[in-house]
Amino acid sequence: MSTIIHEFTTEIPRWRPRVQPIKLDEATPEQLDALKVTPSNTKVSDYVLVLANDVETLKVRTPLFNAIMYNRGGMGRAERELSAVGASVVNHCIYCTAVHASRYNQLAKDEEVMRRIFADGEDAELDERKQAIFTFAAKLSKAPSEATQDDMRALRAAGLKDDELLDLILSAALFGWANRLMHTLGDPVIDD
Amino acid sequence: MNELSPNDVVITQADAAESGPVRDALEGRADIMAMTQATHDAALKPADPGGLSHGERAALAARIARLNADEGLAAHYATLLEEAGADEAVSAMADPAYKGGGDTRRAALIAYTDLVSVYPRETAAADIEALKTAGVSDADIVRLSELNAFLAYQIRVIAGLKLMKAMA
Repeated sequence: MSTIIHEFTTEIPRWRPRVQPIKLDEATPEQLDALKVTPSNTKVSDYVLVLANDVETLKVRTPLFNAIMYNRGGMGRAERELSAVGASVVNHCIYCTAVHASRYNQLAKDEEVMRRIFADGEDAELDERKQAIFTFAAKLSKAPSEATQDDMRALRAAGLKDDELLDLILSAALFGWANRLMHTLGDPVIDD
Repeated sequence: MNELSPNDVVITQADAAESGPVRDALEGRADIMAMTQATHDAALKPADPGGLSHGERAALAARIARLNADEGLAAHYATLLEEAGADEAVSAMADPAYKGGGDTRRAALIAYTDLVSVYPRETAAADIEALKTAGVSDADIVRLSELNAFLAYQIRVIAGLKLMKAMA
């Protein structure tokens, strides 16, 4: 038996697909390439096997995702995770929130920020810089028109430079993408 | 090192090509902008479109842009729609007021798109089941989701860059 979870958590659930993942032994060479399957790496998640149904998008999306979240320079990695969580909380993607909240906690070595966000959602009160980042990511996620010049001014006042602003926009927008896959194509479950 | 392409849809839409602080920041992330353009091409004009034609993709993209009040981007997708040579029923999907005209499959594609583009948190298992019931294959459900997901990303990058530019 497994139970679908509806509350935010940093315990990463299992993702149970609502559509058929491709079967590895029937995968085309293009799919195997996009999945980065090699004789020594045959473990592929159900999520990626579901996305392999649209292999052309998958093979360009994976490097894009990694570049936005892990490229050098610009906004720090923990702050990109905070931006990802801002989007995922608004879109109520339990799975994405769990993965990126736990990464934030590891990188920032602090659990208080996520405790506040889980307790108060979009109204969570954080220090000036984190607040500006979280609020902007949440508003841009809710509807692009919700994010305004006032939010940009708050980010500037909190010390964000142009390259950091761009990374914030990219990471928040990226989770508009990721949430619409994870939250719609499957359920976050825990197995008894 | 990648350079910014003069044909980049996001940069063109945000009117961010001219020299200045926004372009400087974009040049520092030229690799990401190039990959963003590559995902646009993969979601809108894949070599193998499966059961979701280039015309349907362009029409739904224009619809999503309009649902997000981005008329400039909607015009870009209207051009792609014309290039795809789609028939009238497909072109009609670009108008948010059109709900499928009694065609079960088109109505299901539209209902899913209208929900996921604006209220993604409300999406439930029943919405995926509705697509299956309307005869949309599992692979096409993934293609439709990727199209919607890509548009959500693209629209937000454009909106963010416009804000940056207004402040520069």
